[in-house]
Amino acid sequence: MVKKEQTSKTAGYINPYLGGVLLGLVLLAAFFVSGRGLGASGAIKSTIVATVDAVAPAHTEKTKFYQEEAASHGEKPMKSWLVFEMMGVIVGGFLSGALAGRLKLKVEHSPKITSRRRLAFALAGGILFGFGSQLGRGCTSGSALTGMGVMSMGGFITMAAIFGTAFAMAYFFRKNWI
Amino acid sequence: MGPLVSYDHISADTNLLLAFIIGIGFGFVLESSGFSSSRKLAGVFYGYDTVVLKVFFTAAITAMLGLLFFSLFGWIDLDMVYVNPTYLYSAIGGGVIMGIGFIMGGYCPGTSFCGASIGKIDAFVFIGGLFLGVLIFAEGYPLWEEFFKAKFLGDPKISSALGLSDGIFAFGVILVALGMFWVGEWAEKKFPQPEY
Repeated sequence: MVKKEQTSKTAGYINPYLGGVLLGLVLLAAFFVSGRGLGASGAIKSTIVATVDAVAPAHTEKTKFYQEEAASHGEKPMKSWLVFEMMGVIVGGFLSGALAGRLKLKVEHSPKITSRRRLAFALAGGILFGFGSQLGRGCTSGSALTGMGVMSMGGFITMAAIFGTAFAMAYFFRKNWI
Repeated sequence: MGPLVSYDHISADTNLLLAFIIGIGFGFVLESSGFSSSRKLAGVFYGYDTVVLKVFFTAAITAMLGLLFFSLFGWIDLDMVYVNPTYLYSAIGGGVIMGIGFIMGGYCPGTSFCGASIGKIDAFVFIGGLFLGVLIFAEGYPLWEEFFKAKFLGDPKISSALGLSDGIFAFGVILVALGMFWVGEWAEKKFPQPEY
């Protein structure tokens, strides 16, 4: 029984320590090529800035956030390193999933909760994570992982705050997962 | 000498092309390590699956040591590598909000795109939430701008802040990580959960 569980747990996935070394090498490649680390939430911000500007240019012209963005990141928000990198992430994730036979349209959730509940929590979690990533100037990739790679003090602080808070709150959301 | 773009070995457009290729590597490694599954990601907070801990810290150590060695060999100019600035309050406040989002949603931004790329509907919904969250931050910006910019400390390295050399600090991180890996392996045996 235990043996069977272990087999299914590791089925198809690479060894996590090997995965870590490979991820570290990808991050190192980003430093070596571009002088910057990996990220994710920055691409979402660029998309929001570009979309709002396309839909309501008069609004962005008089709203401080978009003006500060234009001043620091230029007039073409979609022509950014992170936007291109995240398009790659979608392709890379799809390729890995296709090769391993994991492509499947589904809501992944514990049998103890409904799909609807899983999706409601995914939406709420996403809103919080999106907001927090802007406040924290980057998410788990850009602030925590990349920040640790370059030994940024802020990166270590954000990493500790993300994981520390999630651990502290795990008890209250345990029904969703265990 | 690197970074290649800083020393004009490659053009700005080539840099974007390489960003796309680096992204493919990023997404491929995340997905093949199991980061497209919220069940596996959340597992670290309950002990039944600590893949996040293992991958994340192994990656951080690999990149950290890689940068130190590249710099030692004269392959990269560390002064040209971006170091995240430290705004003390928002680093903590943002991290706390992200932590709650993580345990509720089961994804972080990068991993949610990975999950979506293989068809996880919960990941698509999480991404929808991300866009809403960023939009709320942008539209309400004046309300939190002061907090966002408070306690700016420049871009200090944690090693110098602690009065340690980069090498000694990295060595310390490796020792801490090895300890955590040991705890992770123990936890997976101690708190197993059925697959779904």
